[in-house]
Amino acid sequence: MSALFSMSGLRNALSAAALSLAFAGAGILPAPAQVKKESDVRIVFVTHGQANDVYWSVVKNGMQAAAQQLGVKVEYQAPETFDVVRMARMIEAATASKPDGLVVSIPDMDALKAPVEAAKAAGIPVVVIDSGEEAVEPWGLDLFVGGGSEYDNGVKAGEIMAKAGVKKGVCINHEVGNVSLDKRCEGYNDGLKKSGGSSDVVAATMDPTDVTRRVEGYLTAHPDVTGVLTLGPTVAAPLLKMFEDAGTIGNYKIGTFDLSPEILYAVAKGTMMFGIDNQQYMMGYYPVVFLTNKAMYKTFPTSAVRTGPSFIMKEDAAAVRDLSKAGIR
Amino acid sequence: MTEALNPAHPPEPKPVSRRLVRLMRRPELGAITGTIIVFLAFGITAGNSGLFSMAGIANFLQVSAQLGILAAAVALLMIGGEFDLSLGSMIGFASVTIGLCVTQFGLSIPAAVAIAFVIAIIVGALNGILVVRTRLPSFIVTLAGLFILRGLTLAITRTVTGRTQIPYITDGQEGGFVVWLFGGKFGGPVFAWLAAHGVIAARPDGSPMVQGLSMSILWWVAVTAFATWLLIKTRFGNWVFAVGGDDRAARNVGVPVDRVKILLFIGTALSATLFAVIQVLEAGSADTLRGTQKEFQAIIAAVIGGCLLTGGYGSAIGAMFGALIFGTVEMGIFYTGIDTDWFQVFLGSMLLIAVLVNNYVRRKATEAR
Repeated sequence: MSALFSMSGLRNALSAAALSLAFAGAGILPAPAQVKKESDVRIVFVTHGQANDVYWSVVKNGMQAAAQQLGVKVEYQAPETFDVVRMARMIEAATASKPDGLVVSIPDMDALKAPVEAAKAAGIPVVVIDSGEEAVEPWGLDLFVGGGSEYDNGVKAGEIMAKAGVKKGVCINHEVGNVSLDKRCEGYNDGLKKSGGSSDVVAATMDPTDVTRRVEGYLTAHPDVTGVLTLGPTVAAPLLKMFEDAGTIGNYKIGTFDLSPEILYAVAKGTMMFGIDNQQYMMGYYPVVFLTNKAMYKTFPTSAVRTGPSFIMKEDAAAVRDLSKAGIR
Repeated sequence: MTEALNPAHPPEPKPVSRRLVRLMRRPELGAITGTIIVFLAFGITAGNSGLFSMAGIANFLQVSAQLGILAAAVALLMIGGEFDLSLGSMIGFASVTIGLCVTQFGLSIPAAVAIAFVIAIIVGALNGILVVRTRLPSFIVTLAGLFILRGLTLAITRTVTGRTQIPYITDGQEGGFVVWLFGGKFGGPVFAWLAAHGVIAARPDGSPMVQGLSMSILWWVAVTAFATWLLIKTRFGNWVFAVGGDDRAARNVGVPVDRVKILLFIGTALSATLFAVIQVLEAGSADTLRGTQKEFQAIIAAVIGGCLLTGGYGSAIGAMFGALIFGTVEMGIFYTGIDTDWFQVFLGSMLLIAVLVNNYVRRKATEAR
């Protein structure tokens, strides 16, 4: 009784159709074909994204836009601090409330294995977004929607900086304990290594004062470092300001994961080299569309949906900026 | 107020009403009232959402249980007139201790758990000795501990593994006795039977939605029972109340104040480690950030449970209900569908209301003397 529309019609090979259905707006379709009304569909997101993180608020905007367009109910849950054990409890709670679809990020496979598998066993379709692609196949989950692997994105960032002449770089990790962030730094180091460079990791928090003081201290002690990679705009923005105040911004090649208006402004101005975009708006938008279609018509994509990475350089920054202000990029 | 409690106002109270008055004076009464209010509130706002399904109950009980293990020890310490702010960091420290012992040094899980408990005794004793020797407020001494332990956790883990998370701790040992004892589930056959007879929800394959309750719930009950026995039935319990009430007076009548306080600090460190062992063996991984903010949550649970911040008054059963309120509110908000952006506002308000109700009930009850 718990599994209303679950396993039976799994994976009808119609990913493109699923999309076009959604965009057409479900209302146009003849009513008798529907298994379930849009307003009865409820989808729950449980992610590890801290509420004040710019990145996750874009995911949330995408989710809300899709929910509004389709007329379905969505809920978004995340622990206030990075805490996978609390996340596990939230996933269990979501399972108990029997949604039509569950959307999760998986930053720690060990801690989240049991609750995610229990959700799946309860007949709830599970879409993984952002991190945790490796878990989709072995755990029998339904779909991954997200960017390229964290490591590969990091490698690319390293290569781009190396091409611009960076020998020694530093990677600022603000969410210590998140494996995906560790992978980004690892990739960055290996990307620089290809042309004989290397990088260190500076552990920081989301707190702007904390970040700027630690990085300032590190750079004073390591004058040979010329490349700075941050792992999110929340951290990059105060650092840019620090460099500008100190008048040292020209000395560094600065890149960041993820976008925000400040980042794009800095990229357009040339003070910042690039922003890596995983187009996370789609990570909020598509799962709602896919799961709604699954609940209503049992149609579902058959392979992972890749949303990134796209490197935003000086040429395209200005155009993307307005969208970023609107919380879409 | 005597009239309100006993409208007939007979010249000689019957034994039943006298028992009622004595019950009203218990510190945990406010917390029990608060629990009832919280359950009623969620019954109205989230009645059909799954919060009170078996899976929902198992879910909030597990959250409450883990907090409750800490709250029992913290309640004892608070009755003894001290705080332990290093509690949350101790959880992280114990977690990575177990993680490193198993994955880096190749020790068995039971040995790693034993080492973690030994370290807890050392840390707790250090906290206690520092507090009684320096005569500084424990608030300050353990605040230093909060940073030192969290920093050590991060630094040691990074130095040894280069990362901040330690995965695969229970790999291949999921069936071990110690893993089951701390991180397992109990009551599986009962749930299977209930599901087979349609009493509780089942998965499509016929197995129950809830495969069993977390062992942490048994630990919660056991720790609370032990703390209550200690407080009410033993001489040590009397000493704790005396030390928290007025430690100079206690010293004058021959209570070994220092020893009592040191033992209480060891108790909170042990409870933090028990919490860490349960989380690590349940989740299979350790993380340098585990236990963040738990020190405050445990104090909140103890205060909701009727402990006074000034010491000398409180109960472990009250702390158990305090933890239950906290866990129920924390998970219950989820089922009401309130946006998480508002979560902390709601949590804070609910806690404030619980404490106010608790305070009001207790004042009325003690006035009725």
